[in-house]
Amino acid sequence: MNKILFSSLSKKFVMALAGLFLLMFLPVHLIINLMLLKSDPVPFNRAAHFMATFPVVKIVEIALIAAILIHISWGIFLQIQNWLARPVGYAGGNKSETSFFSRFMIWTGASVLTFLVLHFFNFYFIKLGLVPGDPENFYSVAHNLFKISAYNYIYLICFVLLGLHLFHAFSSAFQTLGLNHRIWTPVVKVFHRIWTPVVKVFALIYSILIPAGFAYISLTLWLFR
Amino acid sequence: MGKLVSKIPEGPLAQKWTRYKASVKLVNPANKKKIEIIVVGTGLSGAGAASALGELGYSVKNFCYQDSPRRAHSVAAQGGINAAKNYQNDGDSTFRLFYDMIKGGDYRAREANVYRAAEVSNQVIDHFTALGVPFARDYGGTLDTRSFGGVQVSRTFYAKGQTGQQCLLGCYSSLNRQIKKGNVKMYPRREMLDLIVIDGKARGIITRNLITGEMERHGAHAVVLATGGYGTIYYLSTLAVNSNASAAWKAHKKGAFFANPSFVQIHPTCVPQLNEFQSKLTLMSESLRNDGRVWVPKTKKDKRPANEIPEEERDYFLERRYPAFGNLVPRDVASRAAKERCDAGYGVGETGLSVNLDFRDAINKQGKKAIENKYGNLFEMYKTITGSDPYEEPMRIYPAGHYTMGGLWVDYELMTTIPGLYAVGEANFSDHGANRLGASSLMQAAGDGYFVLPNTISNYLADEIRVPRITTDTPEFEAAEKAAVEKLTRLLSVKGKQTAASFHKRLGKIMWDYAGMTRNEAGLMKALELIRELRTEFWKDLNIPGTIGELNMELEKAGRVSDYFELAELLITDALNRKESCGAHFREEYQTPDGEALRNDEEFAYVAAWEYAGEGKPHILHKEDLRFEEVEMKVRSYK
Amino acid sequence: MKLTLKIWRQKNAKAKGIFATYKMEDVSHEMSFLEMLDALNKNLVGEDKDPVAFDHDCREGICGSCGMYINGHPHGPVPAVTTCHLSMRYFSDGDTIWIEPWRAKPFPVIKDLIVDRSAFDKIQIAGGFISVNAGAAPEANSILAEKKKSDKAFDSSICIGCGACVAACKNASAMLFVSAKISQFALLPQGRIEAKERVRAMVEKMDELGFGNCSNTGACEAECPKQIKLTNISRLNREYYKAY
Repeated sequence: MNKILFSSLSKKFVMALAGLFLLMFLPVHLIINLMLLKSDPVPFNRAAHFMATFPVVKIVEIALIAAILIHISWGIFLQIQNWLARPVGYAGGNKSETSFFSRFMIWTGASVLTFLVLHFFNFYFIKLGLVPGDPENFYSVAHNLFKISAYNYIYLICFVLLGLHLFHAFSSAFQTLGLNHRIWTPVVKVFHRIWTPVVKVFALIYSILIPAGFAYISLTLWLFR
Repeated sequence: MGKLVSKIPEGPLAQKWTRYKASVKLVNPANKKKIEIIVVGTGLSGAGAASALGELGYSVKNFCYQDSPRRAHSVAAQGGINAAKNYQNDGDSTFRLFYDMIKGGDYRAREANVYRAAEVSNQVIDHFTALGVPFARDYGGTLDTRSFGGVQVSRTFYAKGQTGQQCLLGCYSSLNRQIKKGNVKMYPRREMLDLIVIDGKARGIITRNLITGEMERHGAHAVVLATGGYGTIYYLSTLAVNSNASAAWKAHKKGAFFANPSFVQIHPTCVPQLNEFQSKLTLMSESLRNDGRVWVPKTKKDKRPANEIPEEERDYFLERRYPAFGNLVPRDVASRAAKERCDAGYGVGETGLSVNLDFRDAINKQGKKAIENKYGNLFEMYKTITGSDPYEEPMRIYPAGHYTMGGLWVDYELMTTIPGLYAVGEANFSDHGANRLGASSLMQAAGDGYFVLPNTISNYLADEIRVPRITTDTPEFEAAEKAAVEKLTRLLSVKGKQTAASFHKRLGKIMWDYAGMTRNEAGLMKALELIRELRTEFWKDLNIPGTIGELNMELEKAGRVSDYFELAELLITDALNRKESCGAHFREEYQTPDGEALRNDEEFAYVAAWEYAGEGKPHILHKEDLRFEEVEMKVRSYK
Repeated sequence: MKLTLKIWRQKNAKAKGIFATYKMEDVSHEMSFLEMLDALNKNLVGEDKDPVAFDHDCREGICGSCGMYINGHPHGPVPAVTTCHLSMRYFSDGDTIWIEPWRAKPFPVIKDLIVDRSAFDKIQIAGGFISVNAGAAPEANSILAEKKKSDKAFDSSICIGCGACVAACKNASAMLFVSAKISQFALLPQGRIEAKERVRAMVEKMDELGFGNCSNTGACEAECPKQIKLTNISRLNREYYKAY
C-alpha cells in the first residue's frame, strides 16, 4: 500500500487535489476582502467573525490548513526529487518549448509561501491567539497594514507571482487528475473537442481575475484612502 | 552433394509440416530448463525465437550489438506483413501465397520451406494481434489489408508505414516478458566474434562487450543465429549502418555453408543518393507503388520540373512494359526497369539517376486525406530528407541494396551444416529464392522465430538432454577467444591513415558497380581484382585509434569490413558461377531479346551452397538440387 | 560552411568529462547531422585521435539509437526529427553548436555522447507486454477493436524509445515514454485484461529508477521526434488511479 500512496503519480495526484482545493478557497477570500473597500467596518468584521466561528467553516479550515501543508511539503519533496534526477545540467541551456510558467512553479510557489507566513502572522495567528491583537477587528488591522508602502509592494509582487503560479496550476491539475479530455465525451461530444482550450481560457481568466481583485483592494486602500 | 541433407519430410506438400510436427522428437519440460540456447540477434526472428523458446521453458541467452533489443533492424521495415488469411475473399489461400513466393523467387527456393512459411503466416498474424500490435483496422473492427508488389490479392497486414516497428515492438514485448520471468537473459551491446564448435557441434560463442571491450565466453547446447542480412556490403543501402554479416561469416568459416550469396535484392523505391557524404539510403515503402505511378520523361535529359511535363510526354514505363501488374511488378523487375531507363538517359534529377513516383492521380481521385492516411509518415520522411513535398511534386526514387535472399544454408529444420547451429530470418537462405516478394520478410522472420524453430530445435535437443551445462574453460573456447583477440590486435596494429568506413565505402562502390542490379562476367572478374587490391590496401593503411579494452567503434567497424572483403569475394564467385539470370541475379549475358531475365533450369535449378576450405583457398561448391513437385517451373511473366 | 563544435568528451563512465572545441571547414548543407559528425570523426581518425562516440544505427529515424542534445534541444532545434534526420541546412556559416549527451540520473554517460538507456528496457520488462505465448493466440479477427481507438493506440505505439522526452524534461521525467506504452495497450481490447498490473508495475519501476516527476511542462511533447502527445500522460494518470 505504501508503494501506491508514495508513488510519483499518487503524490502528484494529492498535490493537484490539494491545489484545486486551495483554488476554490481563493474566490471566497477575495469576496470577503472586497468588503474592506466599504467605509463601514461592520460587514467585514462580521464576515471575519463568521469565518472564525461557524462550525462548518471550522472543519473546512482544518482541511484547508492540511491542504496547504500537503501542497507545500509534497511540492518541495517532488522538486528535490526532480533536481536529483538531473545531477548534471546542460551547458547549452534547455530551450525546449514549454508552458512558460511551469518552469518556475517552485519559485512562484515559494514566494507565495513567504507571503503566507507574513499573512499568518498578521491575521491568522491573532485569531489563534498566538500573536497579540484584536481578532474582532481585522478591518482596522487590514486598513493599517495597507497604509504601509513596503507591505503593499510585497503584497502586489506576491499576487503577481501567485497569478503566474495559478496559470500553470490550473491546467496542470486537470492533466494530473487525468481529466484533460475524454471524460466529458459522453456528456457533450462537442465539449470534448473544446475541453483543453476551455481549461486554458478558464485558467487564464482565473489567474488574472483573482490576483487582480486582491491587488485592486491593495491599490485602492494604499493610494486612494 | 553428399553433405547437404535437406531433411524434407515425406508426404504431400500441404501435409509435410503437420506430419513433421506430429513425429518430431520432444524434450521433456523438466529437461528444458537444463538446456541452454544462445540466440544472436533480436529482430523479428531473434526476439521471436528467444521468447518462444523461453516460453517453452528453455534457458535462453539472447545477444544483440545495439543498446536495446528494440533497435534491431526489423524495426525499419515499413510496408507490411503477409498472411494467407483471405480476409478479403479475393481467392487467397496458403497455396496461393506459397505459389506467389515460389514464382516471385524465380523458382530458386525450396518448395517445402516456402509452403511452411505460408502455412505459419496466419499464426504469425494471430500472435502479433494478440500481442497488441496495432495493425490497421476497418470500421467494423476487423483487420485491414492492402496489396503489395508481385501479387494479385490483398494479403498484406500493415500499421501505416511502420509495420516493422510495430511487429518488432511486439516481439520485444514478448521477449521482455520472458526476461522478467527469468527464462531469457539479455546481453545487449555484445558482438559475436566467433562460434565454438566442439566435437562437430555448435556449443557456444565468443562475444566482445562493446562497452568494456572485454572478451566473454558463452556456452550452450545449441546456437541460433538471427543476425540478418549482408546488404551493407554495398555500403549505401537501406539497412542500418551497423548491420553486418560478421556473425554469419564467422559461423561460415567454422563450417556452416553459405548459400546463394549472390542473391541480393535491390529495392526499387528508395530516396536516391543526394551527395557524396551520404551514409545511408532511405527506403520508401513499396506500398507506395499501390497508388504512385512510376514515370520518366519521354525525351532524354528533360530538365523541366516534373509538374510541367504534360501527360503525353510522360513514359509510365512499368505500366507500358508490364500491363498486367503495372506499377506492382516485383522488386527486381521494377529496379531493373528503372535502371534501364536511367542508363538510357531518361533519368530525372541532378544526377539523372532517379525516376518519378507520382501521386498526382491518386490524390485527385482519392483526395489528399486518404493518401495522407495511408502514407502520411512516409511523405513526411521524404520531405524531411529531401526538402521536397510529395503532395505537390512527384517523389524521386532510385533502387538501393535492401535484402539478401542468400545466407547460411539450412535444412528443413533450419539447422545449418554444423549440427546444433541454426539460422533464422534473413540470416538463412531458405524461403525467398532469387527474389523476395514485398511484405514476406517480416512474415518469414517471425514465422521462423515463433513457430518453426521452436518446433524443430527439439528434434536435435532431445538427444542432448544428457549433455551437462557447457563449460567455457575448454581448449576450444580458449583457442577461439585467442584467435578473436589476435584478429582485433592485428587490425589495431596496422596503424595506417584511412578509416574503416572509407574502405567500406570503396568496397561498396565496387560491389554496386559490378555486382549490383546487373552483372556480367568481365565486370565480376574486374571486381574480384579490385576487391583484392583494396583488401591488401586495407591491411596496410587502416587506422584505428584507441585500444581493444574500451568502447571502440572504429575497431568494431574495421572487424566487420574485414569480413565483408571475404564475403564480397564469395558473392562474386557465386555470381560468376550462376550463368543464368534469375530473380534479383541478372547476368547481362543471359537475357531475352526484350531484356527480361533468362533462367536456365536445366543447369541451375539448384541452391549453391559454398563450403569454406581455409584461408586463401577457393570455396567448394555443393549443390542442392531443387525439385518442384507441386508447381511447374515457368517463365516468370508479369506482362 | 564553417562551424565550431563544442562536444562533450568523456572517456568512460567514471572519467570526468569536458567540452572539446572542434573547427569544421567545408560542411555541406546537404549533410545530415550525423554525417557531419562522421566527417569530423574521419578527420580525428586521420590525426590518430579518438573519434567522438555516439549511438546511431538505422539513420532513418526509426530505431531510436541516435540522440544528442544540440543547442539546447534534444535532437536539435528542428521539431519532429531525430538527430539522424536533422539536416545541416538548418545551420548557417559561422555557427557554434553545443553537442551534449542526454542528461538524467537514470541515463548515465557511457562515453562521450553515448548514454545508458537500459532504464527504458527495465520499465518495459516490468510490465510492457501482453501475456500470451506463441501458439495460444485466438484467430486475429476474433479480437475486434474500434478503428478510432486502434488508430490512437498506433499513434501512441510509435514511440522509438530514444529518450528525448527525458532529456528535454527539466525534471528528467519518463512519463511521456511510459504513458505511450500504457496508452497503446490501454486502448486495445487485448491490453485491457492486465491493464491494472501493467500500469502499477511500470510506474513503480519508473519511480525506482530515479526519473523525476512530471510537472506538466510539455517539453517532452515539444521535443518528441514522433510527436507523442501529452494526452497520453493524462491517460496514464487515469489508468493508474483506476488500477486501485
